[in-house]
Amino acid sequence: MSETNNDYGAFYAVPIHRTDKWVIEMHGLIARTLQCFLQDTYGQGIWQTIAELAKLDFDDFEAMLDYDARTVEQVVDAAGMCLEKSRDALLEDVGTYLITHPNNEGLRRLMRYGGVDFFDFLHSLEDLPGRTRLAVADLQLPELELTDSAPGQFLLSCHSGAAELAGFGFVLVGVLRAMADDYGALVILDHRGALGEAEVIDITVVETDFAEGRSFELAAAPPPIRRETTS
Amino acid sequence: MSLPFDTLDALMPMHLQISRDGRLRHAGPTLRKLLNSSVGEGRHFADVIEVYRPKRAETLPMLLELAGRRLQTRLRCGRRVALKGLVMPDGAGGAIVNLSFGIGVVDGVRMHSLTSTDFAVTDLAIDMLYLVEAKSAAMEASRTLNRRLQGAMMVAEQRAFTDALTGLQNRRAMDEALKRLIRGGERFAVLHLDLDFFKQVNDTRGHAAGDRVLQAVARVMIDLTRKNDFVARVGGDEFVIILDGLTDRGRLAELADRLIERIEHPIPVDGDICRISASIGIAFNRPDAMPMETGAQLLERADEALYSAKRHGRAQHAFSDEDVVRELP
Repeated sequence: MSETNNDYGAFYAVPIHRTDKWVIEMHGLIARTLQCFLQDTYGQGIWQTIAELAKLDFDDFEAMLDYDARTVEQVVDAAGMCLEKSRDALLEDVGTYLITHPNNEGLRRLMRYGGVDFFDFLHSLEDLPGRTRLAVADLQLPELELTDSAPGQFLLSCHSGAAELAGFGFVLVGVLRAMADDYGALVILDHRGALGEAEVIDITVVETDFAEGRSFELAAAPPPIRRETTS
Repeated sequence: MSLPFDTLDALMPMHLQISRDGRLRHAGPTLRKLLNSSVGEGRHFADVIEVYRPKRAETLPMLLELAGRRLQTRLRCGRRVALKGLVMPDGAGGAIVNLSFGIGVVDGVRMHSLTSTDFAVTDLAIDMLYLVEAKSAAMEASRTLNRRLQGAMMVAEQRAFTDALTGLQNRRAMDEALKRLIRGGERFAVLHLDLDFFKQVNDTRGHAAGDRVLQAVARVMIDLTRKNDFVARVGGDEFVIILDGLTDRGRLAELADRLIERIEHPIPVDGDICRISASIGIAFNRPDAMPMETGAQLLERADEALYSAKRHGRAQHAFSDEDVVRELP
């Protein structure tokens, strides 16, 4: 962590009380991801401005604590305001960041375990929440459902359900776009909005071998999911 | 065996087929990688693979006796990898041995540069690799939090042992230090220092000026002591210096006098100057005394010496009476 960033801030950030039924808990990993995205993409200064705008009373989200979902929502709103970006575009950028930023190489590798090509990967998406729980038992991601509509055409439903993960579909679009690049596939993605409880994403795979993808070797030494930044 | 090689290769990429004469007929594609392609179809199976548990098996009948049981094996060529195995008769007098890395899969994959296509899709090996990577990533996040908490704890502890005004140690730190030194049976001296005429500074110039004077005094004490000596502010204008290993009365008297002399230097505060002095009481720790003296008792003796110095007109030092009485010739 940087010197300017008070490393002990999170020490005072009280994790939410589990007995408070009015608080919707959000896993710190999600909150922390949002913070890292903002810091790594726009810099420490902008993050501090956003944190102030969101009226955070601590300096850093901690990946292994829980937070009130409303606090995280405030950060999303503040970031949108500060960066003059729509919420949807911002969330999609978070998804792209998760796969493409060097700090997240570990996560990209975990996603590549999904399959040997992009089709294989798409078919493994339904396993994603389960795989995530294998790694972090209390991290609940929305259930995903993949339907083939025509050859090369898929419909991905993302059952965000609880309000705290609304917009997760946009993050997913960013992730899918970046993973398609990673596999070297040419795909067209379209977030069709919410259909009842679910967000629906149209996926058209034009070509799986469009470009040379990035390499993925099982034997590579697993890098940490996120090294400590020296921003 | 009527099944084509391809079928078994896909189902069990790490299998061996052994003919009824005990010779190798075929090896699965992943196993061939492990054997550095030196499969040697036609060689006796015992030259290729060593079966050592639950029993050694060097002939086909010995091997078939172990059918259905968990085998521990080692390849005889290449890197001599240890593998888990299962042998069953092939229905034609020979045997099929299926092998697996077991728990060693992470190293196995790394050593032989295997890819996901080297494993049967039903094999959990890839999921296991995924899990290992995911777990270490999650563990890393957890460790990061621990490191930060540890840092925060050290800062908090440091704060708890530091006097905020002067940056010297505080009374709690002194108690700890005394306890540690006494427990270690060390010989050391305790100087109890109390400022003279400090109250007047506070009363006539205000507390801010008083604070500046205290900071100046703290600097004097740091300047005149060694790096490993312990200096604490233990009350308003009271200080304690612990000098580990220093029990020479002459040197201590000299140090005390120099401290007093330096503290008496005029201290500039807001364009004006303040003049104060100090009295010092000195007591020695006596590790061989019976019963052993506690830190509180030792401080009390230093305190008595301090008051004797004050009684004799301030701006001077005094040694604890008991030390004088007990002093060896």
